[in-house]
Amino acid sequence: MRNIRFGGRWLKIALATLWCGVFAVVFLLPTVLTFANSFMTETEITANYGAVFQKNETGGKQFISEQVNLKLIPDKVTFSQYATTLLKSPDYLLKFWNSAILVLPIVLFQVAIAAFAAYSFMRTRGKLKEILLFVFIFVMLMPYQVTLVPNYLVADSLNILGTRWSIILPGIFAPFSVFILTKAMRRIPKSLIEAAKLDGAGEWRVFTQVCLPMCKGALFSVAILVFIDYWNMVEQVLIMMPEPDLQPLSVFLSQINTGEIGLAFAVATIYMVPAILLFLYGEEYLVEGITYSGGLKG
Amino acid sequence: MIRMLRRAKPRAVSFLYLLPSLAGVLTFFIVPFAQIIRYSLVDNPISNTYVGFDNFKRLFANAAFQRAASNTIRFSAIAMPLAVVLSLLLAMVLEAKIPGKSKFRTMFLSPMMVPVASIVLIWQVLFDYNGVLNNVFARFGVLPIDWFKSDYSHLIVVALFLWKNLGYNMILFMAALGNIPKALVEAASVDGASSFRRFWQIKFRFLSPTFLFVTILSLINSFKVFREVYLLTGDYPYEDLYLLQHFMNNTFKSLDYQKLSAAALIMAVVMALIIGILFIVDGRLGKDVES
Repeated sequence: MRNIRFGGRWLKIALATLWCGVFAVVFLLPTVLTFANSFMTETEITANYGAVFQKNETGGKQFISEQVNLKLIPDKVTFSQYATTLLKSPDYLLKFWNSAILVLPIVLFQVAIAAFAAYSFMRTRGKLKEILLFVFIFVMLMPYQVTLVPNYLVADSLNILGTRWSIILPGIFAPFSVFILTKAMRRIPKSLIEAAKLDGAGEWRVFTQVCLPMCKGALFSVAILVFIDYWNMVEQVLIMMPEPDLQPLSVFLSQINTGEIGLAFAVATIYMVPAILLFLYGEEYLVEGITYSGGLKG
Repeated sequence: MIRMLRRAKPRAVSFLYLLPSLAGVLTFFIVPFAQIIRYSLVDNPISNTYVGFDNFKRLFANAAFQRAASNTIRFSAIAMPLAVVLSLLLAMVLEAKIPGKSKFRTMFLSPMMVPVASIVLIWQVLFDYNGVLNNVFARFGVLPIDWFKSDYSHLIVVALFLWKNLGYNMILFMAALGNIPKALVEAASVDGASSFRRFWQIKFRFLSPTFLFVTILSLINSFKVFREVYLLTGDYPYEDLYLLQHFMNNTFKSLDYQKLSAAALIMAVVMALIIGILFIVDGRLGKDVES
């Protein structure tokens, strides 16, 4: 009897592992394929995917296989697509820069301003504070389809429509970080703060020398979450900044010419790199941040 | 007097810390929202004549809005429950002490880091008329179709949504599962409770706040699937994929502030209602645990 149960347990774990393995392949493959394809020559890409991307061209000069050929390992590994991106087509580099110049200030200032607000929400908890926090959470829960309209009206009256500010300013004041950092700060033991106060520390010193160091992990994880969200921005850009010149790669990448699919894979990979690096180095923080975000109460 | 001042001081300082954030939220979200309420009730921003609910009637009679709303509702209604249930399943499987648990966690979480713009090339290769999916199906004698222009288009988008969002939800469920007191589950199994009963009567109740949050989160994220749809199919997608964000974009282009305001207001109210209902349901389910 015991043996059977033991065997059943092993079978269960084996099945669970197999199941996870299948899922893991599905979850990883698209990313890995994009990465692998960025090292293929334009000829190989055209041969493999021409059927999808070049339907209307029937020049007959290039070899296009009739069926799409999804391949993981390039016939010939080349960095030529990267060389073209970096040296010959400054357009994509410029769009990458557009992304960075939008996202970095948003991450930096949203987290900084939120840290102050979270400290305030932690220090005193009156009725007014609780109502304000509720309002912040409510704004946080509203989708872009709702918040973009007020954002647009303000940008219009400030005369910043079509400029980077129309995206940066609403981004800086989005209350997502406030919510998570408040939860993190409220977990700091009260006795620690009281001890610091007894030692004669003022609010500023309690904030910078007790609370911020205690919340280092939470600050970093919030920064990662905000970064991913804005690195991926689409909705705001289409409404606030329709001119292609200022657009980030998250929007511009899809407008790449069908004749440059090889290049598109390289640019797509370059665009993934900052996010993937953050993920690989900060996964524990990311998981911590996600866990903090769970639950709307306290 | 001095004592009173010292007592009042932390309060004042603490509001000072809140000020930048509060000013920003008021300026960019709350105050203009009051403006939206006003716009939704007048005929145009210049003449300012009160027209009651005319703008809302106009909105609901608009064919594009009807299509966008029903497509969005249909998408969320399919995607939200799947995102909750499948991520819970993944979390439970990972909790079953399988080898390489943390590696699997990393792999399941990785899609959330990949920008949609970077991955749409592969989605095109997979779901195009000449794409991989049709090639595979052709071997079983299924005729090829253009997936993003078919009756299955919304289901494909559901799959893309799940690919990106399951990992995040899974982490939330894993954290919640880790917080269930082990002694309680063990006591129940000693008492002879089946694993089915153990789940519904113990684990489910402890998980209920997480259920609430994952459901709300999946709902909000389901509105962000516009990104995939837009980057794959542009401004004018197949009619089944015309979402509320497409409608908003077009209304922004025509600068119809009344229609925009009415639409934003309706959506805010609907979101508030759904979230409120979820909170009430959660309050009922979670009662026994908290006491």
